[in-house]
Amino acid sequence: MKMDSNKIYKSEAATSHLPGMLHEAAKPKMRGENVNVFYGEKQALFDVNLDIGANEVTALIGPSGCGKSTFLRCLNRMNDTIDICRVTGKITLDDDDIYDPKIDVVELRARVGMVFQKPNPFPKSIFENVAYGPRIHGLSRNKTDLEEIVVTSLRRAGLFQEVKDRMHQPGTGLSGGQQQRLCIARAIAVSPEVILMDEPCSALDPIATATVEELIDELRENYTIVIVTHSMQQAARVSQKTAFFHLGNLVEHGDTDEIFQNPREERTKNYITGRIG
Amino acid sequence: MSTSTNAPATGIRANPDATRRRTIARNNAEKRFRAYGIGAIVIGLFFLAVLGYSIFSSGIPAFSKTVVEIDFTLSEEQYEAAEGQLFKTKAYSQYFIQSLQQRMAGSAENVEFTEEATERLLGKVGSTLREFYRENTDQLGQPVKFSLAASSRVNGYINGRITRDSMTDSRFLMRSDLDLVDVLRGNGIIQNVFDWNFITGADTGVDNPGAAGIGASVIGSFFMMLVVLVLSLPIGVAASIYLEEFAPQNRFTDLIEVNISNLAAVPSIVFGILGLSVFIQFMHLPQSAPLVGGLVLTLMTLPTIIISTRASLKSVPPSIREAALGVGASKTQAVFHHVLPLAMPGILTGTIIGLAQALGETAPLLLIGMVGFVATGYPESFMSGFVEPNSAMPAQIYTWAARADYSFYEKAWGGIIVLLCFLAVMNIAAIILRKRFERRW
Repeated sequence: MKMDSNKIYKSEAATSHLPGMLHEAAKPKMRGENVNVFYGEKQALFDVNLDIGANEVTALIGPSGCGKSTFLRCLNRMNDTIDICRVTGKITLDDDDIYDPKIDVVELRARVGMVFQKPNPFPKSIFENVAYGPRIHGLSRNKTDLEEIVVTSLRRAGLFQEVKDRMHQPGTGLSGGQQQRLCIARAIAVSPEVILMDEPCSALDPIATATVEELIDELRENYTIVIVTHSMQQAARVSQKTAFFHLGNLVEHGDTDEIFQNPREERTKNYITGRIG
Repeated sequence: MSTSTNAPATGIRANPDATRRRTIARNNAEKRFRAYGIGAIVIGLFFLAVLGYSIFSSGIPAFSKTVVEIDFTLSEEQYEAAEGQLFKTKAYSQYFIQSLQQRMAGSAENVEFTEEATERLLGKVGSTLREFYRENTDQLGQPVKFSLAASSRVNGYINGRITRDSMTDSRFLMRSDLDLVDVLRGNGIIQNVFDWNFITGADTGVDNPGAAGIGASVIGSFFMMLVVLVLSLPIGVAASIYLEEFAPQNRFTDLIEVNISNLAAVPSIVFGILGLSVFIQFMHLPQSAPLVGGLVLTLMTLPTIIISTRASLKSVPPSIREAALGVGASKTQAVFHHVLPLAMPGILTGTIIGLAQALGETAPLLLIGMVGFVATGYPESFMSGFVEPNSAMPAQIYTWAARADYSFYEKAWGGIIVLLCFLAVMNIAAIILRKRFERRW
């Protein structure tokens, strides 16, 4: 198993001159090396080696229970909240080992933000939802500063026009798609470098999904994005790199076009064509 | 094709009669169940009504007292003469009886106010008068309006509880005394008034039921509740937050959890014994003090508060915690900024249930000396209210209920009304607080 994934890792490096132009020049923003995750006795991830390029959208695909969400949650140590979860191997963010005991997990999560599957705004006003992060991290010196951060974040999330007249109304009163964009605004308000998205559109209708996908494409300019998705079309639409997980293994990863048009592995091909899943 | 799709449908509806019967049976079952539910509620309301009726019909008389109001004038010569005698209060009684007879002039030919009868009706009038004039010598020679409380049995007669047929002559009341009462009533100088003393006063000895009040025990209960609230709410909430949000899941925390549940079921008298041995015998805190009572009730209330707080923390959706952690809040920040405010209504409900339980608890107070005759007035200062001997409302009610005189029985019911009012005030406060926190949106 280990051999297998190492081989993929090498072959990925060899194909990096293909369309991912940024990738070739820049160092990867995040890098997982031999990542193993255990829930108690059960191993959920086996020796995953994956680079996440800066200012790219990396899509993690695979059937349910394949470990893609687990890997995503390792990237900002959200798995720490699960008592029985244990992670081995090395995950780096700009060459810093994020599992180093010296790393403050709160700082890490400010740098690696997260958007969840179900929109989960705080039961507070729209303004408070976005302002909460900057406030606890002391990103604003005064009220005007804070307001500017909130407005900028909402604008980047493409929500400002819709909510500018009701900033002090509850965030939970928005529609599902608006709520999810509010959560994205909340995540970018703390100026993260990486944004993790765990099936951000699975609870949204197609129109809201299209809006969020458009947004993800725009955000790529400023942020590195990792997105877990069940929709192959979505992965194809929004991502530059795709990684296919199956049964806790990273089966294959590379440029999205390459994965979808010309998968190297039989299992990837079967999954993409709908034969397994 | 058509047969294959229709086959299962006809299978279900093969027997329309059977289907109809099943439908009727199902609908009937539903109606029956609703009827049971309504029946249960009606039974509950019936018993509530019975309880309310019995409490109020027995307790309301406790809030009234019968007084004899009379203008009385004592001249300086009479005062000198009385003070010169050997039995001074007897002299005052004589003056009072004379004045009473004069006041009744005309209508009181057939009756005579003897000294004994007057004492049975109005208590030791002589000493009351003497005390007043010794302190207010400037009032001598002027008419003074005296309002003298009649004995509880007279009150019973006026209220119709005691009749000539039902009573037997005793040293407390003779049938002949009732004639005197009738005469007084005929002259309009005996009447029922609202007894503020019942609400504000302290307990009295067994021989003076009319003057007994629950006020001091209300103060005692108030200080106990203050101690319980101030100690059990922060300790309980802190313990639950730690157990629910921070503590690792292992054998040890499981053990703690099981024991908290067990503690909630421990009989309250056990806490009383614990309080006696720990707080009074070991720590030498004062006996009968609301502080000790409050500490004991805190121990009793803690498990209730912890269990309900944990339940309400658990009911906050985990997505809120994840959202907070996801924007880089620390665990403590996530709990205090987001989880706790959402859990607050539930915590308050649990706290109020715990406090209400503690308020009505008598058994543990038995053991720390808060039951029995604790005739204290009001505490001298706010802080001394915690340590001065006092009773508590349920303990006071218990004490009264155990006394022989019928008036104490009334007082006990009246005390229950006051207790329920106290409880209602606490609940209203909790509801208002909960409404303020309940902005869930």
